Amino acid sequence: MTTPPPNTEAGLSSSLTTDIPLTTDIPSTRTAAMDPDEIAEPSQARAPAPSRSEVSAATRPAALTKPGLAVHLRGLRAFYGEAEQVKGVDLEFRANEVTAIIGPSGCGKSTMVRCINRMHEEIPGAHAEGQVLLDDFDVYDPSVDVVAVRRAIGMVFQKPNPFPTMSVFDNVAAGLRLTSHGRGSRSKAAQQPKVEAALRGAGLWEEVKDRLHEPGSGLSGGQQQRLCIARSLAVDPEVILMDEPCSALDPIATLKIEELIDQLKTRVTIVIVTHNMQQAARVADRTAFMLDGRLVEVGPTDEIFTTPNDPRTEEYVTGKFG
Amino acid sequence: MSSVSSERLNRYALTPARKRRDRIARGGVLAGTILALIPLLLIVYYLLSKGLSSWSWSFFTTDPTGNTFFKNSTIGGIESAILGTIEIVALASVLAIPIGIGVAVWLVEYGRSGWFANTVRFFVDVLTGVPSIIFGLFIYIALIIGTGSSYAGYKGSLALALLMLPVVIRSAEVILLLVPGALRESALALGAPRWRVIGSIVLPTALPGMVTGVLLAIARAAGETAPLLFTAGATFKTSTNLGGFMNSLPVQIYNDVTSPTTAVVDRAWGAALTLVAMILILNLIARLVARRSRLA
Repeated sequence: MTTPPPNTEAGLSSSLTTDIPLTTDIPSTRTAAMDPDEIAEPSQARAPAPSRSEVSAATRPAALTKPGLAVHLRGLRAFYGEAEQVKGVDLEFRANEVTAIIGPSGCGKSTMVRCINRMHEEIPGAHAEGQVLLDDFDVYDPSVDVVAVRRAIGMVFQKPNPFPTMSVFDNVAAGLRLTSHGRGSRSKAAQQPKVEAALRGAGLWEEVKDRLHEPGSGLSGGQQQRLCIARSLAVDPEVILMDEPCSALDPIATLKIEELIDQLKTRVTIVIVTHNMQQAARVADRTAFMLDGRLVEVGPTDEIFTTPNDPRTEEYVTGKFG
Repeated sequence: MSSVSSERLNRYALTPARKRRDRIARGGVLAGTILALIPLLLIVYYLLSKGLSSWSWSFFTTDPTGNTFFKNSTIGGIESAILGTIEIVALASVLAIPIGIGVAVWLVEYGRSGWFANTVRFFVDVLTGVPSIIFGLFIYIALIIGTGSSYAGYKGSLALALLMLPVVIRSAEVILLLVPGALRESALALGAPRWRVIGSIVLPTALPGMVTGVLLAIARAAGETAPLLFTAGATFKTSTNLGGFMNSLPVQIYNDVTSPTTAVVDRAWGAALTLVAMILILNLIARLVARRSRLA
């Protein structure tokens, strides 16, 4: 991606930090539940920070910074009917870090990640137990609207899945349109800056700016996946879950997504499920190893790959099984 | 190629017996296809040879008259039948299509494989197999005998709507099931409420395929005689009042073909050709739309 002129960048960062309504259902519900001392902190943290984005603009053109939120899993268990697939996981995903989940097929890593934004319960007969805390807010609390959870915690799937009836522009705008309450943000003109910001955030703007109104399904596989990332960025989530986002892509497209992940962590917390251990080593700050529905070990990525504590982790990362 | 390798490769060669069996089987299915085509071609041939001669401008623009027993009398055309069929089928479509698609959306998106959804599916299947005259009888008993009133175009529409309903439900359900689950998932994961996912993602994706199913249901209803015989009645005059008697192509064919007057029987052939042409056009539209479908 080419470096945009400085003034464009400034306009963009301000649009991302101020124009997009950050107060979705979640923070407001959380505010009600929190004591007054803590309320001030997130609102300060969310105030536009021009000096910070100017610094990052100099080093990393597309990066915009925003303090993210951490996610904690407490005794998370997930079931398909009677079968228990995730058997009690306690795990922290730190704010503004990339955490990779590795483990052999069927170990429950995808299921676990789908529990974080409550997509797991969309499968007939499936349910989850335990707590998933976004900051200090339990997404499984009975008073919580599942739709609000998914606005705050976005998801990118294994196979790129742009909406086939929509143009590139509409695919990104769909994130805004499908979730907007009012009619104010429905017009294309009102959506334009947000769509552009999301596409720039996904490193796709330069490639698609002249074909915004062509079908999204006409893009290449890697571009489609970045379009899906842009689509989830448009809602301005706190966390993005990625379930093997590169497994359907070629190495060059994979590299672009990995670079993108590195840039995105300045504004969101990222959880990535991957089968590819080199990928985990390249993109993740921390890596968690799962086996048979349980967390075996979590730690800084280089430690997991060089000096793991558990012999099973060592066997897996050195390729002895899985 | 050396003899060693050709000997070695010989074991992959097909035996003459197997080649013969293949020829016989291929000949058999070809013969079956031709056999099935013969009646179709004969129908088209008879329709064209007997019906085309009665086609004229006035055939389409005049109503039939009752003067059929006198030589050289003007028997009139089929205008009221064409317009009646269009009106009755249009009302039936307006009734059956939204309800049918609604049922299909509920079955696929909400009912899934629960006991109630499966019960609904069972009855829809039963309804698909019900002979069309039963729908006519049902409306006749409920709305004509039951209320002591007379035939009316809208009663014919109701009978046709009942006939169309299971066809619309089943075809829409099949198409909705073809919409990839990943699309629903990604929309839900964006934080869209389910009704928005259905309205903005699932239905637009399924639309071309559903149009095909709906047009085929319309085509089937347009050709039905039995549900109209004792619901919409038969009349000569062009009518735009769906509350009164209304003529239709199938009923006019049914009445004309039993007439002793040759000219009237010829009119039946002309009307039959018109009906087939109308349904053919509808089917062609359905195919054109289906070709644009991203799912099929």
